Amino acid sequence: MKRGTREYTIWSVGIVAIIVAALFPVFWLLMLSLKTPATVGDGRLWPKEFTFANYEALFTGGFYDSPFLRPLINSILIALIATTIAIILASFTAYAIARLNFPGKALVLAGSLAIAMFPPISVVGPLFDMWRALGIYDTYPGLIIPYLTFALPLAIYTLVAFFREIPWELEQAAAVDGATPMQAFRKVIVPLATPGMFTAAILVFIFCWNDFLFAITLTSSKEGAQTVPAALAFFTGESQFTAPTGNIAAAAILVTIPIILFVLFFQRRIVAGLTAGAVKG
Amino acid sequence: MSSAAPPQVGAAAQKPKKVGLTERGRAERKLAWMLCAPAVFVMILVTAYPIGYALVLSLREVDLRFPNEGGFAGLDNYITVLSSGLWWEVVFNTLLITVISVIIELILGMIIALVMHRAIFGRGAVRTSVLIPYGIVTVVAAFAWFYAFSPETGFVNNTFLSPDDKAWFGEKGSALTVVIFAEVWKTTPFMALLLLAGLTTIDEGLYEAARVDGASAWQRFVRITLPLMKPAIAVALLFRTLDAFRVFDSIFVMTRGAQDTQSVSILGYDQLISRLNLGLGSAVSVLIFLMVLIIAFIFVKGFGASVPGQEEGR
Amino acid sequence: MAEIKLRGVTKRFPDGTEAVKQMDLDIGDGEFMIFVGPSGCGKSTALRMIAGLEDISDGELEIGGEVVNDRAPKDRDIAMVFQSYALYPHMSVRDNIAFPLKIAGASDEEVTSKVEEAARILDLDRLLDRKPANLSGGQRQRVAMGRAIVRDPKAFLMDEPLSNLDAKLRVQMRTEVSRIQQRLGTTMVYVTHDQTEAMTLGDRVAVMRAGVLQQVDSPQKLYDHPNNLFVAGFIGSPAMNFFPARVENGRVTLPFGEAPAPAGVEASGDVIAGLRPEDFEDAEFAPEGHDNALTFDAPIVLTESMGSETYAYFTYQGGAAQSDELNELAADAGLTDLPSSGENQAVARLDPQTKAHEGATTRRWMNAGKLHLFDPHDGHNLAHGDATPATAGGRQESSPQQPVAGTNEP
Repeated sequence: MKRGTREYTIWSVGIVAIIVAALFPVFWLLMLSLKTPATVGDGRLWPKEFTFANYEALFTGGFYDSPFLRPLINSILIALIATTIAIILASFTAYAIARLNFPGKALVLAGSLAIAMFPPISVVGPLFDMWRALGIYDTYPGLIIPYLTFALPLAIYTLVAFFREIPWELEQAAAVDGATPMQAFRKVIVPLATPGMFTAAILVFIFCWNDFLFAITLTSSKEGAQTVPAALAFFTGESQFTAPTGNIAAAAILVTIPIILFVLFFQRRIVAGLTAGAVKG
Repeated sequence: MSSAAPPQVGAAAQKPKKVGLTERGRAERKLAWMLCAPAVFVMILVTAYPIGYALVLSLREVDLRFPNEGGFAGLDNYITVLSSGLWWEVVFNTLLITVISVIIELILGMIIALVMHRAIFGRGAVRTSVLIPYGIVTVVAAFAWFYAFSPETGFVNNTFLSPDDKAWFGEKGSALTVVIFAEVWKTTPFMALLLLAGLTTIDEGLYEAARVDGASAWQRFVRITLPLMKPAIAVALLFRTLDAFRVFDSIFVMTRGAQDTQSVSILGYDQLISRLNLGLGSAVSVLIFLMVLIIAFIFVKGFGASVPGQEEGR
Repeated sequence: MAEIKLRGVTKRFPDGTEAVKQMDLDIGDGEFMIFVGPSGCGKSTALRMIAGLEDISDGELEIGGEVVNDRAPKDRDIAMVFQSYALYPHMSVRDNIAFPLKIAGASDEEVTSKVEEAARILDLDRLLDRKPANLSGGQRQRVAMGRAIVRDPKAFLMDEPLSNLDAKLRVQMRTEVSRIQQRLGTTMVYVTHDQTEAMTLGDRVAVMRAGVLQQVDSPQKLYDHPNNLFVAGFIGSPAMNFFPARVENGRVTLPFGEAPAPAGVEASGDVIAGLRPEDFEDAEFAPEGHDNALTFDAPIVLTESMGSETYAYFTYQGGAAQSDELNELAADAGLTDLPSSGENQAVARLDPQTKAHEGATTRRWMNAGKLHLFDPHDGHNLAHGDATPATAGGRQESSPQQPVAGTNEP
């Protein structure tokens, strides 16, 4: 009994410590973003006075002049488009790998893995040059294409792991029940594969949302394809003399909201997806 | 199973190999190739082709500031890079960041994984919270810690940790410390989740058996948990090491490479994008690529990190 | 409903192994045919070729008078129950059963009425709106059956449908399967590795080993007249006892004594003799009037009381019978790792009043008239001709051409 209580206490302390450590920086940023310019440098965890001015400033100027609105739209659209395409392409590939027999399967898997380890910095130079030659520098496709490349291995591995768990005997059962391969795929396999695809989509979205290196090398303007992380890094204050700390903190909080929502609603899926591809080995 | 008989029974596992023998086999193969083609194309377009292009550029004298000059330079660019003290200092920085952060992450990650595994209550809450650092944009995390440590805005200098007015980013050692700190905070959860997944595959009965055999908690951890988790640990280390080696975002936000805090990625960016020296920058790119290859090779050969998916690939 | 005919059907994998070799079999219209054999014998592959889930490498498959080698499963009009049941997890029981009908484009009224009829037959009425995850093993099994019967197919194919159920439920479902098949009168091919299931269910049983059909016969024929050592050892529980023996001049020398050779045995030399456990008895309970009997002393090493009968394991002098087939049977039963089991040991099925107990040596009687003699090299029953040709049999009858003891061994 006594030992039980002690153990319970130790684990409880551990749990609380982990939660605090994980959430503290977000809390800190949030507080920072609510400080007035006068108090932003006071180093206090709890602001003396609260203000939403930092958030308002992000959107003043509307579509054309706001420093944040365009990058936010760019971020959302680019991440969504890249995710959609990546999941479609990865589903094809993962289906073939999980379900079909063909020479080159091991090569595709090994290649994807190699790309997962590939250093993106090694290709930004050539891409910078190629994209300018092709005229897609600082455009949506210019970012979507590299995102696809680096998101595909993640998506393929996650999906292969999920697809392998689908009882494929069901497809045979459907065939014996009189279904054509297309019917079997549509009515039996797709409904079973959807949760896995959704999970992979979340992971890919987070990946695209997160990217910084491609965003600062392959874009140059918010009117083009600059995304929020890149915009944040090059944020300037309203005047030369005010540091944009509060504004950056506010923008940082705003781009964190979707992540928090994903995590809150799909915690189980994300954990399953992250570990699905990796642990089998 | 009898020795002579071919694989049979366990109907699901019985996916017959039909290689080029039947109509169906050929159709299956063709379908598979068609399904893989688009993804493979995109992956090659942005990796194999550019790295080849980088190789070509690295052998030439290409400087976008002087677009009309430039010719074949042979290995000159490589010689320039490899004979500069800066390059080796940057490599050292990067390896330092990589090794220290991965070691800390492994230890912390293991502890967090154990806590999450044994958590009697609040399982969902812990997993949800650790996903925040994983999911948060790296640049955002870097800003959070930058502002926390920065003397102008931060609270760190107000705490017992650092009573005086320390300029954390004014000097290499402390700046790299903060970079490592931010990296560890951001990526430990990923490590912990991979390790947790390895933990959950261990049969609970083994611990009970060891307990009956008189093993202490520490002995159970060392004799049962660690050996059985070796594959999970190897995979987690491989991924984290390669990831840490590419460190870029945090340094860019915190110091932009000032105070000699450049990593190889920052150096490459600097040459390619800021100075537009494609030849030299490409040589750096190719060297980084080679180093990543070497690290991966060491892991796979040396640590026996079984690459996920490979042995499942029938 | 239809006949199923296999003509030299062969399954060859690209690596050259043959899972099913030259299988010839006629399954009669409405017949309940069992494929039985140890793991890896090719029985499931044979079934899956009939279903169209495996390509046929060689030979011809006819269902209802049409060659269907190149037809997709959906065009063969067969229904199958899988070992895992393969219920669609995202559909309710009702939708699972209705699936084949909806795929076939049946009208809503037809779907409703047929699903309800199937549910009534299988006692699933109250479960129709549940998902498979919320069903017990037995209920899932019945849903799988429901999905098979709802469409009135030409044939039912069942791949170890009861192997995932616990023992009691398995017996119950066995009678259920039998009842349904009789009620519907549809041709049924049923794969199992359980010889008890094979014996109790089938009109005829096809015993397979290493891809080769060993014998096709009614359960009783298989039991009484096994074609070869493998069938003899596989059918029956406890299994037939085998001893090394020698035949000379129409006399068999056994470890226990000498007896006249069974009718039709003309070979001479070393053989393997087989005797079923029930053909041993305590000498004091021995039936009267057997002129072909032996008695001998047997040291008992173990007795197992079943209530209605007692199994007594006794040892005898001389080595154990050796052959590939016996080794394979032992391996299939998982006996190879057990120390010394089966060596010089035989089991007798005794009257429960027996006084035999561990450590005792009692007088044992054996009915030498029931002896089977097998060629130690190829395993053939020396009293039989070649392997029985597999021929079509109707529902109730056993195949008439079955040669009886008396054919000479070449």
